[in-house]
Amino acid sequence: MAILIIAEHNNQSLKSETLKVVQAATAIGGDITVLVAGFNSAATATEAAAIAGVTRVLHADNAAYEHQLAENIAALVTELGKDYSHILAAATTTGKNFLPRVAAMLDVAQISDVIAIESADTFVRPIYAGNAIATVKSADAIKVLTVRPAAFREAQTGNNAPVEALTAVHDAGISRFVTQELTKSERPELTAARVVISGGRGMQNGENFALLNGIADKLGAAIGASRAAVDAGFVPNDMQVGQTGKIVAPELYIAVGISGAIQHLAGMKDSKVIVAINKDAEAPIFQIADYGLVADLFTVLPELEQQL
Amino acid sequence: MKILVPVKRVIDYNVKVRVKADQSGVDLANVKMALNPFCEIAVEEAVRLKEAGSATEIVVVSIGTTAVQEQLRTALALGADRALHIETDQNLDSLQVAKLLAKVVAEEQPGLVILGKQAIDSDNNQTGQMLAALTGMGQGTFASKVQLADGKVQVTREIDGGLQTVELPLPAIVSTDLRLNEPRYASLPNIMKAKKKPLDVKAADSFGVSLSSNVTVLKVVPPATRQGGIKVESVAELVDKLKHEAKVI
Repeated sequence: MAILIIAEHNNQSLKSETLKVVQAATAIGGDITVLVAGFNSAATATEAAAIAGVTRVLHADNAAYEHQLAENIAALVTELGKDYSHILAAATTTGKNFLPRVAAMLDVAQISDVIAIESADTFVRPIYAGNAIATVKSADAIKVLTVRPAAFREAQTGNNAPVEALTAVHDAGISRFVTQELTKSERPELTAARVVISGGRGMQNGENFALLNGIADKLGAAIGASRAAVDAGFVPNDMQVGQTGKIVAPELYIAVGISGAIQHLAGMKDSKVIVAINKDAEAPIFQIADYGLVADLFTVLPELEQQL
Repeated sequence: MKILVPVKRVIDYNVKVRVKADQSGVDLANVKMALNPFCEIAVEEAVRLKEAGSATEIVVVSIGTTAVQEQLRTALALGADRALHIETDQNLDSLQVAKLLAKVVAEEQPGLVILGKQAIDSDNNQTGQMLAALTGMGQGTFASKVQLADGKVQVTREIDGGLQTVELPLPAIVSTDLRLNEPRYASLPNIMKAKKKPLDVKAADSFGVSLSSNVTVLKVVPPATRQGGIKVESVAELVDKLKHEAKVI
């Protein structure tokens, strides 16, 4: 078995998702090749070579790969991928963007969002926003998978695999990078945060979301919201946690003034510890919360901030 | 310019999903079905582009049993001009769907294809990217803004940690994310009008595309259930439990 992993990085450094994908690949078994496609990304290739279990690193360094444009990366990966039994990438917005394109060009299916490896051809993945878990078997010659990073731990480091430079350039010429604005927040991203605190309709208005700030600062938490809070216009919908929003699985999830509609639960029920704060003792959120506090959030939140 | 909008009929997002006892899949008998939320956003975007004068015709297409005509009528009521139903009883994977859609693209020659980034049943997030690969077009996935100008489309994409804008020559494929727009509700007069709009039916096996998949579902099970925990009496008790029992802070 030969596995190709496409590294997730920002040219300067490798992202931790890549280590998790390597961990998933180790469960499949076989030689692991990591492809670093980027521009001025030599340091990233060196980092990839240090991951335990990696056999070799392929380094494609060209302006065409600088912004991970799907059209160019997919052309490169399709060319290389023919020699492998498995092609893996993280189920991030980057991996989700280019990998289906690769699968279609190789005329094989893609298995999305793999959360467990049963064997070299059998994989487990959530469907219906995690409300059902499917085990699927692929008979394709090349298995193309995106791996959900939250489901795997990071591979160890302490290796010195050989790095091979690739010279062929694949510039499809059908897409052009214009700009990129990365949110400059002191807070972690919702999907990567160790702690998430979310507000619901019980917050009553957008200004009251400020009550969550101090707690989030103290816990290093990301701030989310329920669909009800988004639909009511309290906060923008990039904060939405739920079936149609972001799916999160942090170590600690604090639901404040959230009743616990199915829609919302689908986005956070895999969190390790769930805390619910709601004045309605009958709210469905309490059925899945590890710790429930039946109280008025406007008295609880300042108290909580003070006691942390 | 013509816009093609592929749409999918899925379980309504408010319905509680139940897995069948024989582990063969999810129970869809007598369950409320609806237009996939991301597809609804795709239809809305196409309608807005037409209202802005950037598009002249909106064609919606859906693949499945006769039941999908209900969702095609919904799309027509929201403002699409005509519909194509590709009829099949088979459950298709994204690759097969993309292959059928590529045939439709070849026939209809749209200037733009807008579709949802993923369906909330299979959660694959693949069809748009695969269609782009098969048609050789550029792809603007997870769009939160779409701007047409000079035979090109600028797509602002929701990426982890922020936004990225790319420019693609037309024709191109755009897949929608949540922030792109807020879909309207169909008005009663428009629902009535939609009943008279053209809806063609073609058999899926008439497209010369292999509909068989190499992926088999071995079983579908409910997720591990969560046990409800305890109620705490005060903030102090909560903080204490989180520190000393759960050890997460």
